[in-house]
Amino acid sequence: MTPPVLDVRAVTKVYGRGDTEVRALRGVTLRVEQGDYVAIMGQSGSGKSTLMNILGCLDVPTSGHYLLDGTDVGALQEAQLSILRNRRIGFIFQSFNLIPRMSALANVELPLAYGGVKPAERRRRALAALELVGLADRVRHEPNELSGGQQQRVAVARALATAPSLLLADEPTGNLDTRSTHDVLDILDRLSAAGRTIALITHEDEVALRAKRVLRLVDGRIVEDRRQAPVQGPPPAVASGAVG
Amino acid sequence: MRAREVLGFALRGLGANKLRSGLTTLGILIGVASVILLVAVGNGSAEAVKNSIGSLGAGSLTVSSSTTGRGGGFGGQATTGPRTQAKQLTVEDAEALVDPEAAPHVESASPVVNANSVTTTYATTSHNVSQFIGTYPGYFKAANKTVAKGAAFTRAQVDGRARVVLIGPTVATELFGAVEPVGKKINVSGAFFTVVGVLAESGSASTGFQDADDVAIAPITAVQGTLTSYGSLSQIVVRAKNADVVDDAQAEITTILNQRHKITGSTSDFTVYNQASAQDAVAESSRTFTVLLAAVAAISLLVGGIGVTNIMLVTVTERTREIGVRKAIGAPKGAILGQFVAEATILSLLGGVLGVLVGVVGSRFEIVGVQPVLVPSSIALALGVSVAIGLFFGSYPANRAANLRPIEALRHE
Repeated sequence: MTPPVLDVRAVTKVYGRGDTEVRALRGVTLRVEQGDYVAIMGQSGSGKSTLMNILGCLDVPTSGHYLLDGTDVGALQEAQLSILRNRRIGFIFQSFNLIPRMSALANVELPLAYGGVKPAERRRRALAALELVGLADRVRHEPNELSGGQQQRVAVARALATAPSLLLADEPTGNLDTRSTHDVLDILDRLSAAGRTIALITHEDEVALRAKRVLRLVDGRIVEDRRQAPVQGPPPAVASGAVG
Repeated sequence: MRAREVLGFALRGLGANKLRSGLTTLGILIGVASVILLVAVGNGSAEAVKNSIGSLGAGSLTVSSSTTGRGGGFGGQATTGPRTQAKQLTVEDAEALVDPEAAPHVESASPVVNANSVTTTYATTSHNVSQFIGTYPGYFKAANKTVAKGAAFTRAQVDGRARVVLIGPTVATELFGAVEPVGKKINVSGAFFTVVGVLAESGSASTGFQDADDVAIAPITAVQGTLTSYGSLSQIVVRAKNADVVDDAQAEITTILNQRHKITGSTSDFTVYNQASAQDAVAESSRTFTVLLAAVAAISLLVGGIGVTNIMLVTVTERTREIGVRKAIGAPKGAILGQFVAEATILSLLGGVLGVLVGVVGSRFEIVGVQPVLVPSSIALALGVSVAIGLFFGSYPANRAANLRPIEALRHE
């Protein structure tokens, strides 16, 4: 049996010391199987961003263990962490975070370049990813020539290009209008239907409704774990026929 | 991740801020160009001094009488007071120096009498010759005077007191203009001399404070009869067999003259002036001059290097978020480090190459009266240093970028 994509065991995170000590996570335990689509909800200050950073291997827990694809992240060095981020995780940020003055294609190729993929193969995979998010006709455009929704779709393509085990989206629709929000969520639904593992942070109920499973975080603890659709199967919106 | 891609990122980063990159490059450009140019100017002035000394005659020694000073040295003026029994130099002294037994390294010795500012006239034109020299034929070679037209006078003409003269190009122009001077008679303070030749330009006229071409040379016997008395010589010009034995010739001259003048102690009544040692002294001082100029230029190069660090620090701060994104999507530390070191090195290398261009072009022009002479090693050095500056001054900001923690970098606005 394959190990779970995410295996978080009693993780805590404490910032600062003494009087200024902030306990951002107070013991989070969580397993996410391959193919799941998890929405993590919570107010600001609930610790969801801290959890996101730990899941994305950008930060290390104060105590507890975190296994990504069965690998204990806590035991890894900085160099190995950067390889792990490159191969196993695809980031989607609230503010898109495309590299300015680089074409959409170059942006999508970037993680592949850092991963050491050959130029021809890189181009093929980047074009395929851009095709998937419906931007095949915008590959030469630079970020400042694209709308917010288009930029976020380029960011999704960049996250997909390395075929990571986990797509990690931090408020991906926070900066988007309704129409673009729908575009991006539709893409995530299709990816989930195709079997991708997705973890998404949000505070919007509308976004959380699209996920197969919803976790609610309050004061650094998981207080609710609600399943909306089975792991092996389409996400709710696809199942109901709203998205094709 | 290949080097070419890292280089591509670096170029894109530089292109994003062309004015800033250009100004930083300018700093290095000025530094490198000034190193090359100032070293070339120092070198050029050293060459010019060397040439003008060389044109006076390398391998020759000048003996002049002195009432004070040491024998054998040059320029020594510091030992004792005037000698009451000082003997003047005579024609016999000069002839005694040409002695294959006692002075095997001496080729020729020419007694010289010198009359300053002598009025000469030809037809209605008159000209004051600044140096009217009476000597032997050997003087031409010893003093590096070349005859351009006509011929030098012979020993027989010296013995026959022939009133013939060779004039320098300045005198020829002033007195004769376009007229052919050879064969004409000129009036020298009441005596008539026949011009038998014109000297070639000495080439040092522009750098010396005295016009070396404003000269007339005649047999010593003729000059002594007309312009100066039959008394003492102003100097004896000695030519050594070759430039390497100048020191030996100097020792022989000192011995012979000491004997003739009956000098036993350290004080002497003559001075032997050695061209080669003067040349060494001048070369030494011009080296100091060049080093000084190079040091000033090196400081400006250093300032340019600090400019690179400064601008790279600004760039890293400005692009902190971008660095965070790159790290989040898996950029290894080396790739970030490489990108920023490459940016700094491209800046300084570009400045270096342009600086070499400016330096080389600039050295074609005369600067404050000196024609610069390029030193090839200074070009290589300046280029090498500019690359080293990029690596050295760029490594601190690049390290800062590479060591940024991704979450903090991503949070940066």
